[in-house]
Amino acid sequence: MQEIEAKLVDLDFRTEPNSYHHWKISIDGELAFLEMDVDENVCALGGYELKLNSYDIGVDIELYDAIQRLRFEHPEVKAVVIQSGKPGTFCAGANIRMLGSASHFHKVNFCKFTNETRNALEEASKYSGQIYLCALSGAAAGGGYELALATEYIMLIDDGNAAVSLPEVPLLGVLPGTGGLTRLVDKRGVRRDLADVFCTIEEGIKGERALQWRLIDELIPRSKFESKVREKALSFTKTSDRPNNEKGIKLNRLDKKSNETKVRYPFLTMELDRVGRTVTLTLEGPIDDCNNIDTAKCQGGDFWPLALFRAFDDALLHLRFNEPELGTLILKTNGDDSEVSSYSSLLEKNSSDWFIREILLYAQRVYKRLDVTARTTFAFIEPRSCFHGLLAEILFSVDRSYMLDCDENSDLEDAPNISISPLNFEFFRMANGLTRIETRFLGEPESVDRARSLINKKLNGSAALNAGLITFAPDDIDWDDEIRLLLEERASFSPDALTGMEANLRFAGPETAETKIFGRLSAWQNWIFQRPNAAGDESALKLYGTGRRANYDRKRT
Amino acid sequence: MSAEVNYDSLIPNNVDLASDVKLRRAMEQWYPKYLDWWKQMGPDGFQDCDVYLRTAVSVDREGWAQFGFVKMPDYRWGILLAPREENRTIGFGRHMGQPVWQEVPGEYRAMLRRLMVVQGDTEPASVEQQRFLGKTAPSLYDMRNLFQVNVEEGRHLWAMVYLLQKYFGRDGREEAEALLQRRSGDEDRPRILGAFNEETPDWLSFFMFTTFTDRDGKMQLESLAQSGFDPLARTCRFMLTEEGHHMFVGRTGVERVIQRTCEVMNKNGITDPDDIQAIRRFGVVDLPTIQKKINFHTAVTLDLFGSEISTNAANSFNAGLKGRFREHQIKDDHKLENDTYPVAQVVDGEVKVLEVSALSAINARLSDDYIADCENVMKRWNRVIDEHQIRYHLHLPHRAFHRKVGEFSEVRVTPQGLLISDREWSKKYHDWLPSESDLEYILSLMEPSLLPGEFSNWIAPPKAGINGQPGEYEYVRLVA
Repeated sequence: MQEIEAKLVDLDFRTEPNSYHHWKISIDGELAFLEMDVDENVCALGGYELKLNSYDIGVDIELYDAIQRLRFEHPEVKAVVIQSGKPGTFCAGANIRMLGSASHFHKVNFCKFTNETRNALEEASKYSGQIYLCALSGAAAGGGYELALATEYIMLIDDGNAAVSLPEVPLLGVLPGTGGLTRLVDKRGVRRDLADVFCTIEEGIKGERALQWRLIDELIPRSKFESKVREKALSFTKTSDRPNNEKGIKLNRLDKKSNETKVRYPFLTMELDRVGRTVTLTLEGPIDDCNNIDTAKCQGGDFWPLALFRAFDDALLHLRFNEPELGTLILKTNGDDSEVSSYSSLLEKNSSDWFIREILLYAQRVYKRLDVTARTTFAFIEPRSCFHGLLAEILFSVDRSYMLDCDENSDLEDAPNISISPLNFEFFRMANGLTRIETRFLGEPESVDRARSLINKKLNGSAALNAGLITFAPDDIDWDDEIRLLLEERASFSPDALTGMEANLRFAGPETAETKIFGRLSAWQNWIFQRPNAAGDESALKLYGTGRRANYDRKRT
Repeated sequence: MSAEVNYDSLIPNNVDLASDVKLRRAMEQWYPKYLDWWKQMGPDGFQDCDVYLRTAVSVDREGWAQFGFVKMPDYRWGILLAPREENRTIGFGRHMGQPVWQEVPGEYRAMLRRLMVVQGDTEPASVEQQRFLGKTAPSLYDMRNLFQVNVEEGRHLWAMVYLLQKYFGRDGREEAEALLQRRSGDEDRPRILGAFNEETPDWLSFFMFTTFTDRDGKMQLESLAQSGFDPLARTCRFMLTEEGHHMFVGRTGVERVIQRTCEVMNKNGITDPDDIQAIRRFGVVDLPTIQKKINFHTAVTLDLFGSEISTNAANSFNAGLKGRFREHQIKDDHKLENDTYPVAQVVDGEVKVLEVSALSAINARLSDDYIADCENVMKRWNRVIDEHQIRYHLHLPHRAFHRKVGEFSEVRVTPQGLLISDREWSKKYHDWLPSESDLEYILSLMEPSLLPGEFSNWIAPPKAGINGQPGEYEYVRLVA
């Protein structure tokens, strides 16, 4: 089978319910039903059919959009039920033909994105008061069961047939790629020996045994399935703190214009340098005042932080899937720093409001997305930049930051400054459960306190350097050379080695289910995907559906 | 800021110092420290004397050698690069044929910086090694030559520091500082290369050093003069014009020692060059001791070339940063991806020559070119002995003799190239290398001769003076 080059079909992550091919959202008071009904003829990369509710990136883009919209557009929805529109089948997982034929970089990014989406779903249950449940009316295999695992409550129809399964190892010679193994033992506390049995049974486990082994939470007879599911979902709404009488915030179609060298969004521009293999992302500050939450809600999707992070989010996804060779992301900001500070403080002061909470959680997700993006990330702090509060967080996500240092002789108007705010200490957690500042100063906790004492102060290059908040502060004489050499040197290294190195260095500190999912599982999976036992012509993945058995290289490492 | 000093007039340059802010600032920070270093570690006791020195004020025929009296701390150390060749392209390695780089390519930043730091580190090191020699100078002529070599080594340091500061930003400035902090022979912060931590206790050592070790410098500069990084190539090309004088001082210095010895032997009817006692009675250096000094200095200098088979050298060649000796005159594809080169190695207890990948044999080839160059020096020295009808010939030792680096670092080899046991070595090595008593004897000859036209007994006067001046010219005006 030929490798499908994703580049040929530039992926677009913008969609809306009216254009969905595979999902349907129905709102019923405090409940929402998110129904998967994959159109097998609409696939994102071409060359395969999405049978049995199997999914590819196109299906997951819609799921991602649906989750986002439920959070912002439906403050009244307190519980969401994921279910299937296909009789007898919940979901067969990621499409095998697609996995067998997609390029390596696409597969890795596909796995990463689906994981992020499932994490977002978990986060909605935990912090947004929008609790996800899963109603399995038929077989849930592989990625299908993993989707269920990401919800808080799994209900399985007891029809003597429907089973949950993780058949990747016995059937395909790969691993469950969206956190299934980790969630099984970490989140659901399934005993490891039973999990071992479960993960090697191709057809999976059904009925009572599934319940006993804690693979599901409830077994429901066929006749009562719909009513019981509804009943359960309603019971979960009681625990939610979402408001009853608030208007939703409509997420309009993101405005995105692009050509060969430029992509432009509201508040964000990307300049693509294909020779130097870099992208410069410039995040723009707000263009109007906003000092109260009602105005913010009025502005809705145009409210600066939301508009900016929607653009930032889409930009990262665009780069990951459509620009694999642009290896270095340069992050810059441009705008009125004091405005960014006042927006930051507005967000902080109203963080218990559902809308502001959603924005802060969204920013947290986008920063996490930046953390796990397999590109070198540098922040350049130059005149007119506005790395304050909400945007200062960028400085703690990137691999290195360079700040132009201006001495007393230079024009003070031009001297850039940064400023941290309580946001950087409270709101944006990394996958490891710590803030980026805590992670940064893991070996020097006193530096966290020192940073706290600098909250809301404007720091110039030397002050920021002294506080350990930036990497280097070259002055204007050195700046151009330093930056040029930095970028050229980085572009000369092996992309794979850089990806590995950066990921190792970015995630100091404790392990969480999330870090395990990304770190352990994606590392193993990526290794397995590259091995002849998965990628070779005799591999199970390649031979799937041909009736031929895989021929493995039997050596264990 | 101490912008009062007019560096542009103080420092002869062709790099537009007046309008280069970056360089000016680097200068302001570094230059005073350099002067402190010079006063502390430069020639001991002669800083206030007027010395008849050559100064390069420009790179053209008139400017590169201007003579006049100057106190060394006031010497005008310049920043001079050979003129830029239009349309120069990279002459070797994987970037061959591409235009040369005028800026440091980020990909090779670290590699280039290392090359320059290593080269730069040798320059001040020799000044430090030689700082006490002035006091035992065998003549004012020789003293002046010593100081000339010293100030020019200072300028060569400055040349490398210029490149570091101009092209390597903060890292470059830090490395430039470190060049002033390391000290030859210092236990804690030694100079980078072994030979530059050896003492230069006497004038014979100085002449040997300038003959052999400065010749390594020449080979390195010749290779760097080929560099695809154009500022480095141009800097090294101009440094080579000065390096010639240093080797001249060394080669003629030893030659004059040999000449004097031969004259004394003839005059006193000594025909056996090995009759050391008889010869030494007349206060000159016997030829066997000179041979031992040759053995020692050759071996120590060959170590400076690094391992004969070297990945680092292959990398910097392939990257287009450091070529071979006179690369442009070599007739091959200049990429060497499929070529081999013969390299002497120890195989089964014997020294054998095997073909190895030419890319990894870059250092071996450069040391071969070096040895060929040294053979010419031997011919000139032997000619002097022949002219005096003494039956003795000086030889270069085998490349494997007394090595601490590379293919032969683990074995004992005679100057003729025979592998021997440790036991044999310990019995014989004093026949090949200067013994304590040899060195003591040489040291005992080091009585200064400080009157114009006066030369110490152990050395003949030069055939000609400096810049058309007579040999008895007062090259250094000593202060009482």
